[in-house]
Amino acid sequence: MEQQRESSTLGMWIFLVTEIMFFGGLFTAYLIFRIAYPDVWDMGSQHMEFWPGTINTVILLCSSFTVAASVYFIQRGQNKMTALLLFLTVLMGCGFLCVKAYEYHNHWEEGTIPGPLWTYNTVHNPDGTTRPAPHQLQLFFYLYFVMTGLHALHVTIGIGILAVVAFWAWQGKYTAEYHNPVHISGLYWHFVDLVWIYLFPLLYLISNKHTAG
Amino acid sequence: MSEHIFPIRACFLVWIALMALMILTVFLSTVPMGHALNTIVALIIASMKAALVLLFFMHLKYESYKLSGVVFGAGLFWLLILFGLSLVDYLSRGTSGVPGH
Repeated sequence: MEQQRESSTLGMWIFLVTEIMFFGGLFTAYLIFRIAYPDVWDMGSQHMEFWPGTINTVILLCSSFTVAASVYFIQRGQNKMTALLLFLTVLMGCGFLCVKAYEYHNHWEEGTIPGPLWTYNTVHNPDGTTRPAPHQLQLFFYLYFVMTGLHALHVTIGIGILAVVAFWAWQGKYTAEYHNPVHISGLYWHFVDLVWIYLFPLLYLISNKHTAG
Repeated sequence: MSEHIFPIRACFLVWIALMALMILTVFLSTVPMGHALNTIVALIIASMKAALVLLFFMHLKYESYKLSGVVFGAGLFWLLILFGLSLVDYLSRGTSGVPGH
């Protein structure tokens, strides 16, 4: 049992490292273009809505807590409590996706979907004049949609996995000795949280928009 | 059974710390410090949050089996190579004095 637990944990960590490298490529692209076009990145960040982003951060941090707590309870063999906490996590995950969908909808309305749907070509200055939007703004939104979209896909997968594990826990499948699936899927959920911990400041917080109102 | 049981109190304290750091980073983002510094401060706080999640929620601090930590460390090291060597290329372009390089 001990050896099973250790090897499944190790296997999950190796998988998570491949995931880190997967997202790492996108973060590298973000970094390079952020250095090349700092003003455009600032402008792009001003299009991010502060409250939905912050609410989603709170949701994910809380859901990581419920997952960590569910591992604590399953280590004591308390299946029902674990199922309840995982169910809460699934609900929070769905909440996260709803907020994300709301944001995507607003970008759709605004015309800031890169590609043929892009209609955001004029920027209104505070003094009432207008200027053409920089081309690189599409690049920011391209990275925004790929990074948050890929993250949302991971959230969706995480919801599916945790829902199944919650169901099995409710049926009393796990014991204090055997609960690898809870621990392993918990690691996956924490990883999803980790990615968002970096996405939130990099996308939402790099401009000072919300001081200006 | 050498699996370490992560105390629920620590779990709760880590969650409080994560929320406090989140409020701090949101607050500091409203303090104008200039482009670069604002981003660096936000990234330092994000890394503190990430460290809390990794060490406590993901049990890296408690795992009796240290190989998970080694695997994660190797992943982090390769990520830094990816960032570092890519930037060495992009940041040094146009500095050699040779046209087109």
